[in-house]
Amino acid sequence: MQTGFKNQFNRNTINISNFGMPNYRRMIKFLTQFGRYFLLLKKVFSKPEKPSLYFKQTFRELVYLGVNSIGIIAIISFFMGAVITLQTAYNTENPIYPKYLIGLGCRDSIILEFSSTVAALILAGKVGSNIASEIGTMRVTEQIDAMEIMGVNSASYLILPKIVATILFNPILTLIGIIVGIFGGWIAGTLSGVITSENFIYGIQYAFIPYYIVYSLIKTLFFAFIITSISAFQGYYVDGGSLEVGQASTKAVVFSSVVILLFNVILTQLLLS
Amino acid sequence: MIRIVKLNKSFNGKPVLQNISVTFEPGKTNLIIGRSGSGKTVLLKSIVGLHEIDSGEIWYENTLFNKLDFIGKKRIRSEMGMLFQGSALFDSLTVEQNVMFPLDMFSDKTPDEKLERVNFCLNRVDIHDANALFPSELSGGMKKRVAIARAIALNPKYLFCDEPNSGLDPITAILIDALIKELTEEYSMTTIINTHDMNSVMEIGEKIVFISEGVKCWEGNKNEILNSDCDSLNDFVFANSLAKKLRASNK
Repeated sequence: MQTGFKNQFNRNTINISNFGMPNYRRMIKFLTQFGRYFLLLKKVFSKPEKPSLYFKQTFRELVYLGVNSIGIIAIISFFMGAVITLQTAYNTENPIYPKYLIGLGCRDSIILEFSSTVAALILAGKVGSNIASEIGTMRVTEQIDAMEIMGVNSASYLILPKIVATILFNPILTLIGIIVGIFGGWIAGTLSGVITSENFIYGIQYAFIPYYIVYSLIKTLFFAFIITSISAFQGYYVDGGSLEVGQASTKAVVFSSVVILLFNVILTQLLLS
Repeated sequence: MIRIVKLNKSFNGKPVLQNISVTFEPGKTNLIIGRSGSGKTVLLKSIVGLHEIDSGEIWYENTLFNKLDFIGKKRIRSEMGMLFQGSALFDSLTVEQNVMFPLDMFSDKTPDEKLERVNFCLNRVDIHDANALFPSELSGGMKKRVAIARAIALNPKYLFCDEPNSGLDPITAILIDALIKELTEEYSMTTIINTHDMNSVMEIGEKIVFISEGVKCWEGNKNEILNSDCDSLNDFVFANSLAKKLRASNK
């Protein structure tokens, strides 16, 4: 009788632990990855071997990751500005609303959300996948091992210049996005006849709060760090071949985007409340 | 001299190297041979510190390498050169920049002195007029030679080569072997080569360690390898039909 109870108890215990196992493992895996990410950052921010070489590398990354992104940011900003203007116009046809609100709506949408958050999501796709695949390919072709054998801190040499370059250049991309976006709105508004040039220009000057630009630039700095560090992390720990490099590239874009959206909420609450 | 004592290494609980003890001597070409998947590359990467070992000791002269911290390992690593299976040249750098990379990182030479050293190393491995080329523009043999030039740029005490002949035609393979042997003797380096190429074994095998399923089965030189009693080594050495015929004719 006692043995039967014991068996019954053991069976129940096993069932309960099995039921919880996948979640437990997932949590352990998540925490492990989280820990590895911070350990990588510790390695990245350790003292560089030769600062002059890092300086050169940072300039190279400024061109690859920054200057080469001006085109895509300008094109998308222009069309987003145009669409925001037209949509605001079609949704505020009531004569109660003054026409200059279209310009104001375009300006605030571009400054508050588009130039920082939406542009960051676009850059997560372009720059993030580029970083993950570049570093991932270096990992699977043993180029990172070759650096380590030489005694080079590969994490710092490969990742730090990218982080510095994006933090320096992404605010410039944000400002370009704001200018081109509002310009796109003005072109679309005046050419389609939904607003006069005078009304639009009055709207973009009306109740302007300069802090909104500071808010946007602060968000951009955080997003630049998130995109570069998460993408580099995904690439640096690739294990396998070309298939895994592709997967790392996809993960870099997905995780960066999710973290950007999460931080967008947190920063908005902190900076605008 | 590099001395390995009772080295054990496993991945996810599965033992890959078991109780390996061996000494690699300076000025000699030391070969680690074995079938694909026998643990050669894991052993080589454990020796250079790319894999953390489970237990055992790795001695570089009188320094216990596997117990050193990052700074200590970095000091020993500045005396290492390594030739990887796929050459591992940096794609974004030219041949000249690849060879100059370790000099840029760790030497205080002037730009002219560095360039002179780069050209010396490239000439030494018989690469001419290729300074401005990128790795993607080089043949397999040229890539290996540039990788050797990069490995010897800082005059290393220890040279590690992971399957230096893989993917090369027999003539180029012999040239690479001869080059590694010459450099080893010239600079009195402790050279460790991973290979499963029997031509290399018979050409440059001054000291040979045979690994099978993660265990050291035999140790000797190229003169002793044909007369060994080790069955798994004989299966490996006489695997191809030419070697089998040679053994039959000798009997």
